[in-house]
Amino acid sequence: MTTAFSLRAAAPATAPCAGVRSTSAARVVPVSAAPAGRGRMVARAAVAAKADAPSSAVAGKSDGHEVLLFEALREALIEEMKLDPTVCVFGEDVGHYGGSYKVTKGLADMFGDLRVLDTPIAENSFTGMGVGAGMKGLRPVVEGMNMGFLLLAYNQISNNCGMLHYTSGGQFKIPVVIRGPGGVGRQLGAEHSQRLESYFQSIPGLQMVACSTPYNAKGLMKAAIRSENPVVLFEHVLLYNLKEKIPDEEYVLCLEEAEMVRPGVHVTILTYSRMRYHVMQAAKTLVNKGYDPEVIDIRSLKPFDLHTIGNSIKKTHRVLIVEECMRTGGIGASLRSAIIDNFWDYLDAPIMCLSSQDVPTPYAATLEDATVVQPAQIVAAVEQICQ
Amino acid sequence: MAALWLARASSQLARRAARRLPARHGSGEPTSPWFLGVVPPPALGSPAVEKSRRGFCSVRRFAGESSAAAAVDEEPENGFVASDQQAVDFPGGKVSFVAEMNFLPDSMKERINCYRVLDDDGRTISGSRFQEVSKELALKMYTEMVTLQIMDTIFYEAQRQGRISFYLTSNGEEAINIASAAALGMDDIVLPQYREPGVLLWRGFTLQEFANQCFGNKLDYGKGRQMPIHYGSNRLNYFTVSSPIATQLPHAVGAAYSLKMDKKDACAITYFGDGGTSEGDFHAALNFAAVMEAPVIFFCRNNGWAISTPTTEQFRSDGVVIRGQAYGIRGIRVDGNDALAVYSAVHAAREMAITEGRPILVEALTYRVGHHSTSDDSTKYRPVDEIEHWRTERDPISRYRKWVQGNDWWSDAEESELRSRVRKELLQAIQAAERMPKPPVTELFTDVYDKIPSNLREQEQFLRDTIMKHPADYPTDVPV
Repeated sequence: MTTAFSLRAAAPATAPCAGVRSTSAARVVPVSAAPAGRGRMVARAAVAAKADAPSSAVAGKSDGHEVLLFEALREALIEEMKLDPTVCVFGEDVGHYGGSYKVTKGLADMFGDLRVLDTPIAENSFTGMGVGAGMKGLRPVVEGMNMGFLLLAYNQISNNCGMLHYTSGGQFKIPVVIRGPGGVGRQLGAEHSQRLESYFQSIPGLQMVACSTPYNAKGLMKAAIRSENPVVLFEHVLLYNLKEKIPDEEYVLCLEEAEMVRPGVHVTILTYSRMRYHVMQAAKTLVNKGYDPEVIDIRSLKPFDLHTIGNSIKKTHRVLIVEECMRTGGIGASLRSAIIDNFWDYLDAPIMCLSSQDVPTPYAATLEDATVVQPAQIVAAVEQICQ
Repeated sequence: MAALWLARASSQLARRAARRLPARHGSGEPTSPWFLGVVPPPALGSPAVEKSRRGFCSVRRFAGESSAAAAVDEEPENGFVASDQQAVDFPGGKVSFVAEMNFLPDSMKERINCYRVLDDDGRTISGSRFQEVSKELALKMYTEMVTLQIMDTIFYEAQRQGRISFYLTSNGEEAINIASAAALGMDDIVLPQYREPGVLLWRGFTLQEFANQCFGNKLDYGKGRQMPIHYGSNRLNYFTVSSPIATQLPHAVGAAYSLKMDKKDACAITYFGDGGTSEGDFHAALNFAAVMEAPVIFFCRNNGWAISTPTTEQFRSDGVVIRGQAYGIRGIRVDGNDALAVYSAVHAAREMAITEGRPILVEALTYRVGHHSTSDDSTKYRPVDEIEHWRTERDPISRYRKWVQGNDWWSDAEESELRSRVRKELLQAIQAAERMPKPPVTELFTDVYDKIPSNLREQEQFLRDTIMKHPADYPTDVPV
């Protein structure tokens, strides 16, 4: 029954990026060579929903090449900077030092130290600089050495980045990409273990994506750079050295799309970033115990891909959210709320959410491990939901 | 001691600047005369050098080429090092040792001097040097100052009558607004705080366009999304006003950076008040602009008050100009109520910023004659006679008018004609703006992103449905 107030009816009927041409056979669609400029035709590689294939990596005919995640990010930057002369990079130690996590290694030599700009230590300032440059037609990629430091730039990100396109009546746009490593690392201390996605998620005007594999890191970085909106790209400190084979051909992913990691039928597990790996580890145990979990890496943190998520819930009727955010006000909290609004009738059990506790991340390794959701907890949660 | 230091600094600045001018400025020509203190004839023996010398440190120029090529290790200038003293390398360059322990004083013995061209009676001070203006330009400056003043008066009244919700005036700062705008080109990017509508007026924003924004009607370029006085125009290169203080300063560095990348013959200029210099964004932006060698003019309207906070409670430095040196930025203090001085200073600053690729700090001393805004009553924290004094005896418009009339370029008859015409035009603009419908509800959801995402479409549908169901609870004059 749909009344005027039925919010269920409002869930998107079509998949994000639905209007874009994609094929299921070859997962990668080559981009037509087009001159640099805003109006390029970009064909996006849809993430296939094929039954057994993991949705990353190369399935097509071409050989591909192996990269580490940080190299994939760098490849994306290099490709975009070659294609579009307005793309530039700002950040601390990004130029000659090559970036604290080597994402921008070699870029200054390739593009010059004006386009790959080393900045003094003032996050509010170089983020503000990115806003100003964006308003004048450049496409800056702003790197926070650690996501936590971007809290200093919160004013610029919220009051200006997210707002100025709206308050100027559409006269000025801010196509910046704000990126950096976040999440709980290895004993980096509380200030360097922030999960900023929970702080930024309610800023209107921002888009947020989280990458988790070399394949989606490259595709999302490219998509973020090409987007006309300000995009925050969340990377994770512990995922930079992940290795994977990615296509040789150019590909761009859809910012608003979630990724089907493991199709299943018993329960929908929604996760992102590093927790994806904990979930997949738990999935091995669960399979041995006879469960068939469906694992989705939501990737798009703002807005949520309710199409993919909804289809999954309609199939499994049970949801478990596994996140690294704190309990209060995290991505899981919002996701729960969105699912209840849109898919209440499809649920057979309350939505479970596993998150970190509401504590600053401690330094001691044992304590730190205890604040992050571990595979054993995920297994226990699935068993509980599926009772 | 301090005076000697200052003189040496100025000569050093002169020599440095002389060396950095590109060759096309010719040899043997003196550089721009707008330096602090006395300018000795520059030594232009060596050809223009790409490598930067900043006196104390070897510096990589942001030439856009590979850093390996651009990095230079060179002897810094011998500004302060006497030849017989020992000097040692530290990161940052050579410093000489001294056996006496001397703390730098917290302030100079004298305050930095203030550049002024017109005296209080509107006569040019003899011996003053300033940028000449044609009669046409001079008159345009005058009429726009008057227009700004009348616009402020009438919009303020409109707020008092409840026709608009908010307004803030530039009373007393008309010379700053118009004269600085007059010295700029249309390609120069303006990043205002909020007390600079005159710059937009100069560039061609019409009284009707101002009124539309204040009334937030459907013709407002901001589509009714911002408070009154938050004007913005992409076409006129005037960035939309954003309320938080000083956030536009780093934006200006970014805008200048984009000009630098395009090698454009233009600069960015950003305005802020004395209060804005306390914000973190001020320090960071000035530092960045200096390091990036960005062509920005940082224009501080030091009008003595940040709402109720006087400058004595805002900072302890000698105003704002003194801080330029701390960041390695050239600066000037100017009489903000002297239209010709402001014009000349900005004209020179712009030239330096563009040809030398450097930021410039301009501190214009003035007084905020009006209240901070319509939400403020400044008689609560400052004496009424002080306000009156500045409103009448120190009024920048009448002072400039005396100069213009002194040149026989203006008459009393033209004055009353101008004032009554502008007033009439404004009242008509306000009436028209008031009658124009407000933006429709769709505009609540557009421009948050480039395309409306599904969650916002959902929220819009929900709102529409609610309005349809309960029309009596919603205003009838807002189209759905």
